[in-house]
Parts: sequence; structure tokens; C-alpha cells
Amino acid sequence: MEFFHKVTKYPFMHTRKVWYGVSGVAIIASIVLLFVHGLNLGIDFTGGVVLEFAYPKAANIERTRTALQEAGFHEAQVQNFGDERSVAVRLLPTDGQDVNQVSKAVTDALKKTDPEVELRRAEVVGPQVGEELTNQGGLAILFTFVLIGIYTWWRFQWKMGVSAIIATLHDPLIILGFFAVSDIPFDLAVLAAILAVIGYSLNDTVVVFDRVRENFHSMRKASPEEVMDASINQTLSRTIITSGATLLVVVVLLIEGGETLRGFSWALTIGILVGTYSSIYVAGALALDMKLSALDLIEQKKDTSELDALP
Amino acid sequence: MYQFAKWKYWLIIIVMVVGTLFALPNVFGEGPALQLSRNDRAAMDQASKDKVLGLLNADSVPVEASYTEKDRLVLRFADTETQSKARETIAKRGNGEFLVALSSASRAPDWMRAVGLKPMSLGLDLRGGVHFVYEVDTVGAVDQAVDRMERDARATLRDKRVPYASVTRVNDSIRVTLRSQDDLTAAQDALRSPDGSILLNTSDSAAGPTIEMTMTPAEVKRRQDVAVQQNITTLRNRVDELGISEPIVTRQAVNRIVVQLPGVQDPNEAIRVLGATATLEFRLVDETNNPYEAAQTKRVPIGSKLLNTRDGRPILVKRDIIATGEQLSDASSGFAEGSPQVNVVLDSRGGQSMMEATRDNVGKRMAVVYIEKKQLAEGERCEGTRNGALCTEEEVISDATIQSVLSDRFRITGLQATEARELALLLRSGALAAPQTIVEQRSVGPSLGQDNIDRGIRAMAIGLLLTFAFMAVYYRAFGWIANLVLLSNLILTVGLLSMLQASLSLPGIAAVVFHMGIAVDANILIYERIREELRNGNSPLQSINVGFEKAFATIADSNVTTLIAGVVLFAFGTGTIRSFAIVMTLGIITSLFTSVVGSRALVHAIWGTRRKLDHLSI
Repeated sequence: MEFFHKVTKYPFMHTRKVWYGVSGVAIIASIVLLFVHGLNLGIDFTGGVVLEFAYPKAANIERTRTALQEAGFHEAQVQNFGDERSVAVRLLPTDGQDVNQVSKAVTDALKKTDPEVELRRAEVVGPQVGEELTNQGGLAILFTFVLIGIYTWWRFQWKMGVSAIIATLHDPLIILGFFAVSDIPFDLAVLAAILAVIGYSLNDTVVVFDRVRENFHSMRKASPEEVMDASINQTLSRTIITSGATLLVVVVLLIEGGETLRGFSWALTIGILVGTYSSIYVAGALALDMKLSALDLIEQKKDTSELDALP
Repeated sequence: MYQFAKWKYWLIIIVMVVGTLFALPNVFGEGPALQLSRNDRAAMDQASKDKVLGLLNADSVPVEASYTEKDRLVLRFADTETQSKARETIAKRGNGEFLVALSSASRAPDWMRAVGLKPMSLGLDLRGGVHFVYEVDTVGAVDQAVDRMERDARATLRDKRVPYASVTRVNDSIRVTLRSQDDLTAAQDALRSPDGSILLNTSDSAAGPTIEMTMTPAEVKRRQDVAVQQNITTLRNRVDELGISEPIVTRQAVNRIVVQLPGVQDPNEAIRVLGATATLEFRLVDETNNPYEAAQTKRVPIGSKLLNTRDGRPILVKRDIIATGEQLSDASSGFAEGSPQVNVVLDSRGGQSMMEATRDNVGKRMAVVYIEKKQLAEGERCEGTRNGALCTEEEVISDATIQSVLSDRFRITGLQATEARELALLLRSGALAAPQTIVEQRSVGPSLGQDNIDRGIRAMAIGLLLTFAFMAVYYRAFGWIANLVLLSNLILTVGLLSMLQASLSLPGIAAVVFHMGIAVDANILIYERIREELRNGNSPLQSINVGFEKAFATIADSNVTTLIAGVVLFAFGTGTIRSFAIVMTLGIITSLFTSVVGSRALVHAIWGTRRKLDHLSI
């Protein structure tokens, strides 16, 4: 089977201004959402207590809530977790409270509603740890960008490096926007997924840029815009097929991975979609508008290899 | 025609055989097991092993496998029923010689274990258990040290008869104000520490010449390190008390300690045992009365206290306390003239009262009392005195004859090497422990752990099948090569994970699934190139060669970026996230190998050797 019998000839670059607009709006919307609505940060970052209980039968959320109210946990958030038998109880950290006593007290309170309730998971994160994880997470993302930037700069050329980084920056921002809008809890696993997406999205861009470099050599008479279009079209089948194959398994994770991996799988799903788009429309377009030309690449090639001059 | 070097085939075969071998133990699964260690903490020897097996044999409890691992005896059983029966037998007939922990053990055949092949180690979110992070108050530890420094300065000046105006604490340093320049020189000589761990700065103030005593930064760091190390050792000891198989107690960052207890279901129970606080008291032994009599009649002489030694012997100690753990500065075990001993260092106040107490009591015995305070769980019995939910247990950990007048430095002799080590540890844990708090706690019940495993495996299986189907339909024969390559990639990843014994968490499994998509990417790149070359009118063989050649650079470039993300994630991540990073990184390495070298070898073996090839199934 083959979806792309012939090399496609879509004039991607021609419409790039439109896509700049689309991306710009998406990014601004994401940033606004992040500030206005914010992320539903998990306790990994805020600190606090999450307890997961399983009832023998379908859980009665209302009763659970009342039981907790009676026990003095007025700010407890109670919701279904995954299936109808499971509930998650979340408490925000309060100063000077012995977190371990809390988990016991909550368990005792729920045992009163149903003695057979089972504590399946307890996570208690102190506020100082949360703060540290947030800082470390930010640092990790920053480091990834710096290292990847250095690599693409060194491997290609600075205009391509900068466009690749901007295109890649675009993806986590939109993922964050998605998390702000959907209210899916943002935990450490989501952060890990975002880092994976950064690597993945760049992977796509690199494939396109590799072809751009190659084509600047072989298509000497073509304009930079034509070279860019040709490169994207030539790699299009690979880009689509790989994204499709990856999306396939990630959707499996989304469906089968359970509640714990939900945020993580969503981040990957959105990341793959956006990453594919940004490699096609954003990275190449930016390089083009930074006046990337054959000279930028051919000069560099001559420095490193003499063999290219041979037929 | 492109020549494919023979040695590459051999390389692939060797790598695959080794990888498969390492991955193999995972196929057998796990069975219920017991882990036994000796109550006296000695290593499990052949005699003990024979004894245990003899006991079980006498009760006709069938044992599937038995072997020693890290000083522990592991017994594997066919089912949980036999497991609990065996546990009962050992509890009933073992005379308390053994500590028994429930666990599970791999069902892999003996020879695999013998050559060191083990299944992947599963993280707590998969096998169930408790994970704690303690934060040691290193500031508090240094604070205590500064306090001690202040007391010592006063006592030293008094001892050496150097008059002083005042000794005060200013932040983390001690300011000694003197009356004259002569006193200043004398004080400097007296206060100078032999190891140079304290800096002395002199200056003049309105009140008179002053000396500023400050710990060197190296000393401060050492104090903090010692505090964390000490708490780790104490935690390890307490964890051993819980009798858990494969506990982990490690240091994280500067002042954190991670404790992982697989299989523990109730975190509160563990917190209680781990969180017990201990102190020490040095007291004289009451030798005029008979402790056995006192124990029997329950009548304790006035001015004495009835306690027990570690081995259960009753002992009477005087009510007056000579020194407490607060006055202990250091305790270490060592050897002098070939026999083990514990070296104890007290601060000056403790040294002073130790001297006064021992001056008149040479030849008599002195006891070291270890006091542990812990929160009681519901229905739990307190071995000592009970005050509400708080239980105080006192125990004499050493009673030795006073050989001469003691001062701030003395030693306790007449011990076995292990006893000396343990006494030093107990002394330190009763005195030097810096305050610590739990800053993170995660626990996963065993049923959720199993759920996570089942989910992970199902997601992996479905993902694999879908990918297989997709590749086979889209690339036909070449698709099957990609599938074979993907499968070997999975085997190699599992093999590497088993070899490195890096713990696998649920995000780790997710990384395996996600990675399947990325792993086929290399092959997709190659195949798309080959198709492109075919479209350009090249011959099939030529297309294969050019396709592989041109795709290689792209594959390398594009994988480096994902690799960078993986390495950064590994460096910054902890716990379950680290597992994700490990799988991601290993996966990239294995997929580079399998798709570039492996896939090419397969393609070459199938099509490369044909003399005539007009059509490719791609």
C-alpha cells in the first residue's frame, strides 16, 4: 500500500503567512489561557495529598464528600478516578500539618462510610519538594532547548538552528495551552512527556532540514522557496507515516494506560500532532524568512569536505 | 554491488543472543517466596540453611527453590498457601532465630540465577510498596554543633584557668571576650583545636580583646554529611527491623534520604517504626541488690530502676544519670591491640560529670541505657512505659566494668567486633541523629500495582499488534522486516533493562510503548528513501543501497535530538520519571543498532544476494 504514489507538490511555503497567523493566534491563546486560567497542577508541583480509594461497589461521591466534611476536611476535592469504583481525594497542603496523620484520618473517615473501602494509593508531597520539582522541571526544559539548539546550530547552520528551536518552542506552549483549557491534571509525567515531545518534534524538523541541505546542493537553480517546498514534499510521506505510526501507539496508551497515564498520553498525542505541523509549516517557513539561501549551506560544506566537488 | 561485511552478521548474532539471554528471565514470572535473615544479623550460612530446610521438610512443606542472596535465604514456593504454611512453621519452630519477610522471587531456572541473569526490577508503582523522602535538618545539626562548641569553650577556659569576661554565641560563631592581652594568648592556646576544624579570629572591642570561634566551611560540610550519613545508617537499621525484602535506603541530593519499601501496604506502620526517636543515658549499675529477685518480686529498691539488657537479662541501674546522649559528641568502633572497642567522646560537661562519677567507682559497672520513643499503633503492645499513644522503651545496650577514672574520652572494651559496631551505631543513633521530616511519601497498594502491570502489558501488546499490522500492510515484505527489527529492538531493550537492573515504572512501560512508534521511524525513513529511488527509475538493488546510505545520516541526526531530551530527563528526573528517561535513552540506542545494522543485514540477506531482481515487495 502506498498513500503517496508520486511526490506531492503542495506549495507549503506560499501560504506560510496564513500559518504564521494560525500559530501566532494559538500561541497567544495558550499564553493567555496559562495566565488567566492556569494549569491544574498536580501535587507533584503544589504539594499536598492525593489518596485513591477503591470501593467494593460503585462509589458514592456525595457520601464520601459528606464523610470528609464531617471529619473536618472542608477543602477536600473528591472525584471519580478512572472507573466508578475508584475515588481520588485531594487535599492541599496546610502549614504545620502532619501530612501522614492526614492520610490516616481520611482513611478512617471513609472507613465509616464503608468498612471495605481500600486505600489503593497515597501520595504526599511536601510544599518544599513541589517547589523544587517545579524549578527542576523548568531547568530541564531550558537545558533541553539549549543543548538541542547547540546541536542543530553545529550540525546545520545558525538560521536553521534558530528556526528549529522556535518551531520546537511552539509545541510545548500549545500543549500547555491544551492543559490549561482541558483542566487535565499536569503532573511530573506530563512534564516528561513534554520533554519527549521536544525531542520528537525536533526529530521531524531535522529530517526536513537534512533534505533541505541536500536539495540546496542538487537544485542549484531553484529559489530557496522552491527548495523548501520540494524538501517538505519529499519528506512528507515519511513525516505523515511516522506520525501516524507513533500516534497509533500513543492513542493505545490513552485508551489502555489508565488514569495515571492519562495526562501523559494526552501530552504525547497533542505533541505529535502539533510537532508534525510545526515541522512542516513553522520550521521551514522561519528559515526561509530568515533568508536562508544556498550560500549559507554550500559554503559550510566546502569547509568540511573536499569530496563534494567530485562528480 | 554493495558488499555487506561478514563480521556485521556475526556482531548482530552475538548481540541478539546476549540480549535474548538477558531478557529471558522475564518470561518465567514470579512465585511467592520468603526471605529469611538471621536474628543476630550474621550471614545466612549453610548450617542455618540446612536447619530451615530441615524444619520445612519435617512439616512436609514443599520448597520449590532455595538459595542465599545477600546474606539472606530465599525460599520459593508453588503457591501462597504453601508460603504461609512455611512462614508458620518457621515462626513456630525456628526459636526466634530468623526474621521472615514475605516476598516474591523469580521462577527462572537455577542456572540463570547462578550466572547472574535476573528479571527486570519493578518499581514501586508496579509491585506495590511505600516510598518516602526524608529531609534531614542539616542546619539543626550544625546548630547543635555550635552549641556544643560554646559549652566546650567555657569548660576549656575554666579547666585551663583562663579568666574570661564572657562567652556568647553570635549566629554560627562563638565570641569569647577576655580581660587582658595575656589572657588572650592563653585562651588562644587553650581553644585551638588539634585538627584545625575551628578558626580563631582575634580582634579588639570596647569590652576587651575578643576571639571569634568559627567552624571552617569544610567542618560545617563534614558535620552535615555526618548527620545525613548517621540518619541513613539509623534508618537502614530500622528498616532491617521491619523485615522487608529488598529495601532501599539511599541519599538523594545533599540532605535528602529516600527509603523504598516494596511490598509494605501500610505506610503508617512503616513511618512509625522508622520515625522512632532515641536517646541515651549513662548510669551506674546497682550491684548491691539482686536484679533477678527484683524482677521476680516486682519490688525495685529505692534509688534504682529495673531494666532489661538486649539479651533479656534483668539489670538494676541507679536513678542518677551520669551523662545523656545530648552530651555525646562522637562514638566510633575500632580495634586496639587486636580487640574490638567503642571509642566514646563526650562534650566537656559530660566529661566533667563522667569524671566525677567514675572517680569513686572504679571497678564497678556502668550501664548505657538506650531509650526509644515511638507512636503506638492501635492495639499494639508497648514493651516499656506507656503514656497515651506514646511508648517509651528502655533497654541496657552495654554494661561494662569501669577500669579507671574516665573523662570526656573513653572506650568500651570486651565486645565482639559486630557488637562493637552495633553499639557505636546505637550510641550515635541515640545521640547524634539530626531531626528529619518526611517531605514526600508515595504508596501504592499491591492490587493497584498489579493493575498497572496488566494495563502496561495490554497497552504494549495492542500497540505492538497495531504497528505490526500497519507496517505489514503498508510496506509488505519490507514491513515484516521492520516488524522483526521492532521485535528484536524490544527484546534488546528488555535485555538491557534486566542487565542494568534499572527499576521499571509505569511511565517506563509507557516509554516502551511510545518508543515503538519512534523505533519504526528509522525503517520508515529508509523505506521511503528506497521507494523514492525506485520512482526515480533506479534498479531495485541500487535503490536499496542508496536508500540505506542516504537515510543513515538523517536517522543519526534525528535520533540525537531525542537522545538529548532523554539524557536531560535522566539528569533532572527522579523516581518514576527517571525510568521513563532510561527506557527512552536505551530504546534509541537499541533502535539505532537494530534498524540501521540489523535491518540492513536482513534486507541484504534476502535481496542483496540475488543475481537478478526486478521487483521489490515494498
